[in-house]
Amino acid sequence: MAATATATISPPCALIPYQGLRGALVSTRTFQSTKNQRQCGRAAAAPISAKFDLKPPPYPLDALEPHMSQGTMSYHWGKHHRGYVEKLNMQIVGTDLDGMSLEDIIILSYNKGDILPAFNNAAQIWNHDFFWESMVPNGGGKPSGDLLELIERDFGSFEKFSAKFRSAASTQFGSGWVWLAYKANRLNVGNASNPRPSDEDKKLVVVKSPNAVNPLVWDYLPLLTIDVWEHAYDLDFQSRRADYVSMFMEKLVSWETVSARLEMAKAQAVEREREEEKRKYEEDNKNSSNEAVEMYLDSDTEDSEVNDQM
Amino acid sequence: MGSFSLHASCLAQPKLPWSNDCSQNLNSLKLPALDALEPYMSKRLMETHWGEHHHGYVEGLNKQLEKNDILYGYTLDELVKVTYNNGNPLPEFNNAAQVWNHDFFWESMQPGGGGMPELGLLQQIEKDFGSFTNFKEKFIEAALSLFGSGWVWLVLKRREKRLEVVKTSNAVNPIVWDDIPLISLDTWEHAYYQDYKNDRGKYVNAFMNHLVSWHVATVRIIRAEAFVNLGEPKIPVA
Repeated sequence: MAATATATISPPCALIPYQGLRGALVSTRTFQSTKNQRQCGRAAAAPISAKFDLKPPPYPLDALEPHMSQGTMSYHWGKHHRGYVEKLNMQIVGTDLDGMSLEDIIILSYNKGDILPAFNNAAQIWNHDFFWESMVPNGGGKPSGDLLELIERDFGSFEKFSAKFRSAASTQFGSGWVWLAYKANRLNVGNASNPRPSDEDKKLVVVKSPNAVNPLVWDYLPLLTIDVWEHAYDLDFQSRRADYVSMFMEKLVSWETVSARLEMAKAQAVEREREEEKRKYEEDNKNSSNEAVEMYLDSDTEDSEVNDQM
Repeated sequence: MGSFSLHASCLAQPKLPWSNDCSQNLNSLKLPALDALEPYMSKRLMETHWGEHHHGYVEGLNKQLEKNDILYGYTLDELVKVTYNNGNPLPEFNNAAQVWNHDFFWESMQPGGGGMPELGLLQQIEKDFGSFTNFKEKFIEAALSLFGSGWVWLVLKRREKRLEVVKTSNAVNPIVWDDIPLISLDTWEHAYYQDYKNDRGKYVNAFMNHLVSWHVATVRIIRAEAFVNLGEPKIPVA
């Protein structure tokens, strides 16, 4: 089969933080990482063609029973998620997108809202990877430590956050996702800083998104997600989305993963701030060197004449 | 399809057109024949789709209308158009439109459906698509390429005076643009998942070959011709 013969350059090949928020988790999937390391070794020899792999969830398909059935997992991961991977691979072959990282493809094909064909598939691959990793067998309960502190700071209490998250999940009409995200700042563009820093900067927020959209395109740092496309819960819950969301919160959420992601998000935010400051400092220095021009007004002499007359 | 008289409290059980019991009123405890579309649309799926989803939209709408004086007394058609609000929909739109959409969808199907339309409708399809096969391909392609939740329609476009295949997202439907739909297919996942899982293609084929009611589509286009002149003008020479 072509896919296995070809060397793949997929993000986990080098276990670097570039993988972003999920870098911290690779260690839990040792099978996957060693497989990719072996592929890295072959990469130099074989012709390079960048294809994405269907990553398995970090637990077997029946591990989330009885809350999320094996049946659901086998269709959700095995058919839907796999379908997105296969379709994206077909779409990017021979195009500019071939060879780019998944996150770069997502941002590029989002095209500021006027989405290009690869977006739906690319984003859905990312979303589903992120979703499987957001869950764990025997999950649920409450977060702790820094994460709990921030939740209490930004939502009032864990219960209030939970209610907000559930409400968002129930009211996302049609297909989509609901997220807990760290909103670091700012939609800064190249030559202007955020003119309207908002109350919600550097805060945790609950956001919902339709279809394949995810908060990466708004420059947020996602921490947790729930899939509210109907295929995620139809077999187990039929129309009862609220029950599905409750089950997710109470039995499946991996707060450990969310905490790890929060740490990475905070580090990234600090890094960005440093870069911001450096850039501003450099700009200021550049500007001040241009201010040497002084102006002398001719009217100085005229004024004194007027004054004399008065 | 008939107009749907909407009185805030009388919109109780959603209707199904092929029920055994014709007296569908508030107090009727008899369920319609939910197994009539077997094996292409199972009874279990119908129980969920009609009994939970469609019913949920009706209840949701009624709850919203209880608190709303302005929207009192509209028919369902009018309610859909008004709450669409030219593309900036009001909170009631999703529920109202989904009630309308599901009514329309059940009526677009029949036991022993499928096959081909005849006479005038077939002629119009052949005129606007080249051939019935071509139309069928277009319809299926639209259904397979619709991303997310939505509906696929065969629509009579009022201004262009021709038939087209149209895809809409979520709850949107062609009457908000004043067009006249003839058949619809629900491509929300809840419409087929229990029977077909992720195999939307199989579902669409089952719909086209065994469920779609060309009889109803014909009735609808006949009615539409009272509003849209589809004929070629016969202008006398000299």
